[in-house]
Amino acid sequence: MAVTREDVVKVAKLANIAIDETRLDSLALELNAILGHMDELRKVDTARVQTAEGLGSGGQRLRADYGPPDGLASAPATFAPETRDGFVLVPRLATHEGSPERAP
Amino acid sequence: MKAQPARASAAAAKLLAGPLTECVACIREGAAIPADMVSASFDRADEVGAGKDALNIFISTDREGATESAKQLTAHLGRAEPLGNLAGVPVALKDNIATLGMPTTCGSRILEGYVSPYEATVVRRLRANGAVIVGKTNMDEFAMGSSTENSAYGPTRNPVDIRRVPGGSSGGSAAAVAAGIVRLALGSETGGSVRQPASFCGVVGVKPTYGRVSRYGLVAFGSSLDQVGVLGRTVEDASIGMEVISGCDPLDSTSADVPVPRYELEKNAGLKGLVIGKPREYFPDGLDPRIAQECERALDAYRELGATVRDVSLPHTSYSIPVYYIIAPAEASSNLARFDGVRYGLRVLSERGLNGMYEETRARGFGPEVTRRVLLGTYVLSAGYYDAYYKKAQAVRTLIAQDFRDVFASGVDVLFTPTTPTPAFELGAVKDAYEMYLSDIFTASANLAGVPAMSVPIGDAAGLPIGGQIIAPHFGESVMFRAAFGLERALAGNFVPGEQDA
Repeated sequence: MAVTREDVVKVAKLANIAIDETRLDSLALELNAILGHMDELRKVDTARVQTAEGLGSGGQRLRADYGPPDGLASAPATFAPETRDGFVLVPRLATHEGSPERAP
Repeated sequence: MKAQPARASAAAAKLLAGPLTECVACIREGAAIPADMVSASFDRADEVGAGKDALNIFISTDREGATESAKQLTAHLGRAEPLGNLAGVPVALKDNIATLGMPTTCGSRILEGYVSPYEATVVRRLRANGAVIVGKTNMDEFAMGSSTENSAYGPTRNPVDIRRVPGGSSGGSAAAVAAGIVRLALGSETGGSVRQPASFCGVVGVKPTYGRVSRYGLVAFGSSLDQVGVLGRTVEDASIGMEVISGCDPLDSTSADVPVPRYELEKNAGLKGLVIGKPREYFPDGLDPRIAQECERALDAYRELGATVRDVSLPHTSYSIPVYYIIAPAEASSNLARFDGVRYGLRVLSERGLNGMYEETRARGFGPEVTRRVLLGTYVLSAGYYDAYYKKAQAVRTLIAQDFRDVFASGVDVLFTPTTPTPAFELGAVKDAYEMYLSDIFTASANLAGVPAMSVPIGDAAGLPIGGQIIAPHFGESVMFRAAFGLERALAGNFVPGEQDA
């Protein structure tokens, strides 16, 4: 299942990374070279393997469902570029056109 | 313009080159001043050429902040509560560990200038024990690499031989310890990023059990694999550092509620009756003969100390690199999705609106290896390929972990293996991505299984350090340190870089 140039375009779109046209072919080659080594795994019989291994032991701990302190050393207002009413203001983007200058 | 900072006394320089316990004892007695230790550390950095134009060990340093916290320690002296186990000890941190008042770049352009508004739990624990943070060390971008050549801030060089790499991704931290700038540094591990550079630089590197150390404030790479690790000049130094940062943390739900033993008490425990497993898969026919020879010497030392060496097998070892390089990039592709120009660091505005901004920011902000791994991770998770790659890799991972459980259940206390397949290579020597991945061939399995492992210097090949790896069962750090203390003592007098001129 070789990676094609079209696959790279699709995956780059999914990953939100702009890739220069001139890099597409070499990236396909690089990914194929790496994935070629992964085919080794097909030799392993995993039909009877039940669960995926994740944590070392015991699984994930749960904590009481309360709002813990956010661990910030200083209030967001001291490091955010701009805030209003306790909210961080983000810069306007071209896609915001047509919407009011600032949310009411 | 700035006044020339005060040079440290010869006594402070000597303390910096000696065991941690000596430095801490002198500070507690008032025989040494913490601020002097900071000066000694910065003097040493100048002396060895730690700067950008030479070894390039640090991405940022904070002499002012370090001096200020050292002064606070002095003010604290004489109060009721005693100073901690790292009182006045200069410590360096890998630049993917969030630190208040200092940048945290992860070696990436995308986080250039980013200063975290909170502090990692490991850093809080270090500071609470009196450690003084002197700087943030260079690393492969987002910890993806085995040579520190992938840093956006230029490669770090190996203090043992500047033509060679220090290993990676915690190369800056390993180099800082090897060059004698600090006795202790923190790194992080996903597939060997502490042990491999420790081996290349001739220092001790420890990766704890998955869950032993809080990851709150460690920038995530592969969440089922990541752990914070310690690099130290000696096993004792590393054991003290590891003890300070270990323990359950309510801010990290993957940290385990397991009591933390006193690791340094293993120092004089002796090795009589210990069973050391020698897994045949880690000693292949093609193994570099210089490494094979030093490992045999270490195993002989174990036998002389009264331990039993037993041949064992971990049959799925050869699959650990393919499994690792599916799972780690898959997790990375998800973890690194947060770096999109909205919340952190770099933002490249685009005429194509919001999506354009995401795509341009990430294209400009990520280096080639990070881009390659994010694409690889996205591919193996995408519809049509998920079962063949990701699901398959998870199943084989289960078998790799089972190998370790089986061997430890058979009565083996620890495993002994080489840490790396080769000594440090020259900068630029490894060009193929997969060939670089093979640097982790003996280390990635411990991350996949979640077991603790460490590298200890066991000798050298024509002056290039060689490390031996000790692997223990889950939460078996005590027996791992016991085996490491014994080995270090048996091989005393070995080449230790930097020690000659210290």
